[in-house]
Amino acid sequence: MGFHVDRSRMDEILGELSKEYKIYGPRLDAQKKRVRFGKITSVDQIVTDRQSDYSAKEVYYPILQVMFYFRDGGVEKPGLDDDKEILIFARACDINAIKRTDSIFLKNGGTEDLFYKRLREKVHFILMECAESFENCFCASLGSNVAQDYSMAVRLGKDSLLVSVKDDKFADLFKSEEKEEFEVRFISENKKKLRIPDISRANLKEVSDLDFWKQFDDKCIACGGCNTVCGTCSCFDTIDVIYEEGSSEGERRRTWSGCMLEEFTRTAGGGRARKTQGANMRFKVFHKFYDYGQRFGEGHMCVGCGRCDIRCPKDISFFDTVCELHDIIEEKNN
Amino acid sequence: MQDLNNIMEPSPHRILKITHETQAEFTFRVDFHYPSRHGQFCMLSIPKVGEAPISISGRGEDWAEFTIRKVGRLTDGVFELREGNNIYMRGPFGHPWPVEEEFEGPEQNLLIISGGTGIAPVRTTIIYFYEHPEKIRKLYLIAGFKDVSGALFNEEREKWAAAEHFHTIYTLDNSTAPGFETGMVTAHINKIPFEEFGGNYHVAIVGPPPMMHFSALECMKQGVPAEKIWVSYERKMQCAVGKCGHCKVNETYVCLEGPVFRYTTARTLFD
Repeated sequence: MGFHVDRSRMDEILGELSKEYKIYGPRLDAQKKRVRFGKITSVDQIVTDRQSDYSAKEVYYPILQVMFYFRDGGVEKPGLDDDKEILIFARACDINAIKRTDSIFLKNGGTEDLFYKRLREKVHFILMECAESFENCFCASLGSNVAQDYSMAVRLGKDSLLVSVKDDKFADLFKSEEKEEFEVRFISENKKKLRIPDISRANLKEVSDLDFWKQFDDKCIACGGCNTVCGTCSCFDTIDVIYEEGSSEGERRRTWSGCMLEEFTRTAGGGRARKTQGANMRFKVFHKFYDYGQRFGEGHMCVGCGRCDIRCPKDISFFDTVCELHDIIEEKNN
Repeated sequence: MQDLNNIMEPSPHRILKITHETQAEFTFRVDFHYPSRHGQFCMLSIPKVGEAPISISGRGEDWAEFTIRKVGRLTDGVFELREGNNIYMRGPFGHPWPVEEEFEGPEQNLLIISGGTGIAPVRTTIIYFYEHPEKIRKLYLIAGFKDVSGALFNEEREKWAAAEHFHTIYTLDNSTAPGFETGMVTAHINKIPFEEFGGNYHVAIVGPPPMMHFSALECMKQGVPAEKIWVSYERKMQCAVGKCGHCKVNETYVCLEGPVFRYTTARTLFD
């Protein structure tokens, strides 16, 4: 079922929804520089003419989370700010990306991460139809151009929007709106077509030992920007802070971390398991295109949003890297 | 395992006793009532300082011991603690040494090769067989230390050396001292009479990565099949439950599938 809704009317509906939901969408940040997922009150705030710089993960997996307060010789965990559910305007790539972080936080090791779970359980998506592919997208190569896990879908027009309601609990909100046939169209191809490398248990070591990776030793400056903007990167550090010198009261936080950072594998003794940026790049490519599938048996980790390519200050293209690796492996196989 | 609803939540545990093993290594005996297995580790933390994985080096009914080397931010903080203070803990975690499944048996022999503080994660296994001679034919221990000032568990090692079902070789990398041989642990592996074991033996190796690598190679040179060798890995960890990603080696998480690995698996892991 579809509805034709004016933008101003949609804002009223969002107002109605905001009693029970916190509503997020890709919007300009406070500096009006980057497009990030933040709270919105109007569909006019949603940026549609460019891809968001960050993925939607910061809504349900915040950059910084307090895990515990150390208080009176014990540990207290913070509650959530409120009981509201979460609605996110997101594109198909981001709706697919949450399945990847679900695998790590809710499945890996047979345990569930409470801090992730309690936000994740509240998340509902409003799928934003992609009118066309952005320059760096390669979602269709990975099947993440299509998403099914959403409550509503929208096609954002200049003055109005078409809404398709999939989850019945939202149907009432649109009962007096003008009906119009609307079936979501997913883009079927991107300008960029990823050539996926054939990495297997049999060639893992050989591929890892390629000179190919050495180019990143100098090129990559280990800023971790690619990990930051990725919707599927989920690694974190824990950091303790104390409120006052000499006091035992403080808190333990967790913050995003990433495999491209120099310190990522450094142990207390000072040794680094992966010592070069080439080794880190190799690790990241393997994780996105081999390890994840091996572990969870559900395709590749990368969803092809291309944000890492936009973000890299040294113009290293993950897309090109993966394609070139494919070509090298193919050449060796022939 | 404490609170299963929140695997990241540590709880305070009282420090019962602190033993100065060397200038740089202390053993902390901590109030601990949860079951653990040989070779497992706990996440130890001090509020404001941080958290790190530390192997269980000793076990009693209501306590566990942790032998900590002063090498990092957390360990600096740990060394300021006194008996009666609390330390925060989660765990135990990880895949243990296969003591009951593989190592023990009246016909079985076990060779343990340790480098430096690497003796800590095998100490409960050694003590177990010291106290239960009926569970093993012979335990061989090659324990290497950098120098005599870095030698750990001195009194205990003397007791072990005197046990009839133990054969011990203590060695210092480059120096000499009474009770010690000289040379890396790898130089002593050819003294182990593998051919007498009739195939009934296992080897457990723990220490710095190069030491484990070369010890395993030397064992194999002596005819030991890879599937009889076990190693234990040390990695940076921030969660110990497969979430933080730091200990991941390709598709393997050291906190979940390790820290103890059969060498047939360990040798396929690379960074």
